[in-house]
Amino acid sequence: MYTASDLRKGLKIQIDGEPYIVTEFDFSKPGKGQALYRTKMRNMITGVQFTQTYRSNDKFERPNLEERNMQFLYAQDEEYHFMDTVSYEQIFLTKEQLGDNLNFLVDNMEVQVLFFGERPIDITLPTFVNLEVTVAEPWAKGDTSGTDTKPVTVQTGFQLQVPPFVNQGDKIQIDTRTGSYITRVKE
Amino acid sequence: MLSVHGLQQRSDLLQAIRSFFIERAYIEVDTPHRLPVLIPESNLIPFTSESWFLQTSPELCMKRLLARGCTQIFQICHCFRKEENGRFHQSEFSMLEWYHKDWNYFDLMQECEDLVVALCQRFPGMLPLDADGMLNWAGERISLAPPWDRLSVAEAFQRYAETELDEVLAKGSFDEVLVTAVEPHLGRSRPVFLYDYPIELGSLARCSQKNNRVAERFELYIGGVELANGFSELVDPQEQRRRFRHEIKTLRSEGREAVMPEKFLADLSKVGETAGIALGLDRLFMLLMGGIDIAAAIPFIFEEL
Repeated sequence: MYTASDLRKGLKIQIDGEPYIVTEFDFSKPGKGQALYRTKMRNMITGVQFTQTYRSNDKFERPNLEERNMQFLYAQDEEYHFMDTVSYEQIFLTKEQLGDNLNFLVDNMEVQVLFFGERPIDITLPTFVNLEVTVAEPWAKGDTSGTDTKPVTVQTGFQLQVPPFVNQGDKIQIDTRTGSYITRVKE
Repeated sequence: MLSVHGLQQRSDLLQAIRSFFIERAYIEVDTPHRLPVLIPESNLIPFTSESWFLQTSPELCMKRLLARGCTQIFQICHCFRKEENGRFHQSEFSMLEWYHKDWNYFDLMQECEDLVVALCQRFPGMLPLDADGMLNWAGERISLAPPWDRLSVAEAFQRYAETELDEVLAKGSFDEVLVTAVEPHLGRSRPVFLYDYPIELGSLARCSQKNNRVAERFELYIGGVELANGFSELVDPQEQRRRFRHEIKTLRSEGREAVMPEKFLADLSKVGETAGIALGLDRLFMLLMGGIDIAAAIPFIFEEL
């Protein structure tokens, strides 16, 4: 069990049977008054956010959360199938659950899958992924628009800005936290 | 964490505070930090030290010195309160506390105002003050020019929370409404003294002669931050014992130990009319040094130890 005094940004707690992560936290205590723990939380399954003020004697269960190394196998009918690299057990997450992670997810990629009990609820991608550029306009020499980047599309359909020298067919490294270009990769 | 420059600023401010009080004929005292009995306060959790406690405030010993005949005393010391950590809280923090005999809480509001204004005048250029004497803090401009505002708790709840104080008290949500709806508005353009607290929220304060449901207690706010808590002291030992009994009952119902501070009560009858105030020094220094949290004004925060 956690008590209100354990609350801090990033703590994961269980409320009404569902896991929540604390996204904002503020401790206040008016002079000679009660301690108040003001929090903003996000439901780790539905993504719904809410704010709540707790007092010292409030208690929370620890959610049963576990991360497992898994490999992405294939997508079918908006279900994305992953395999445990140790036990070979297979599970799937929905397109909705994966959200923006789909911008960077390709076959055979190894990811961390977060389980709440037996239920997979989220994934964490590697920080850097290498993806192939599928659409890139050739850079017009003498372009006077004043920009030093151009838009390209990678194999997942994600679009981003890259330096002009990147061509169709190149592999580039992308930071999955920000979606920004890091470098061109030679293979 | 403070740089060498920050440590110099903090030192200058500490010396200036001492000069302010010495010039006004106060005696500086330093009372024990480790005590066998504390004032029973259910909202504070003390640290134990062997079978004794670290002080949560120097109030108990300082009032006993008043009983010994002191008329004006001040102290700069560390206090310890368990489970208090946040942007404006550290479990170990610095307190400035002072008492003046024959004064009431309005006299102390004035002196508190004088103190902060004197500190600003003493260090032109060092503090985050612009040419007009406005304090620039956390993106706000606050005028420290006297006179500061004075606002009763009842007026503040009507004005900012659009609710009657009695309703809030009946629901037991005073602290919550204060923190979420009232405090954010306090002292935004100039400092404000919030005064006349409900009697049940001023355990050590004298009951108002004009309204027996009100305690002669005030809090100073600058930029939404609570800085100081003062009262016309309750010096009637029978009334104080009655209020302590109530606190001890609350503490024991929560499974916490509590003892009646008998030596304190025995001395209280010798104190006479007095006003006293406790000011959170780290928070004041944060404001005057331009920091956005108290970590910016103290030598070490808890996590750095």
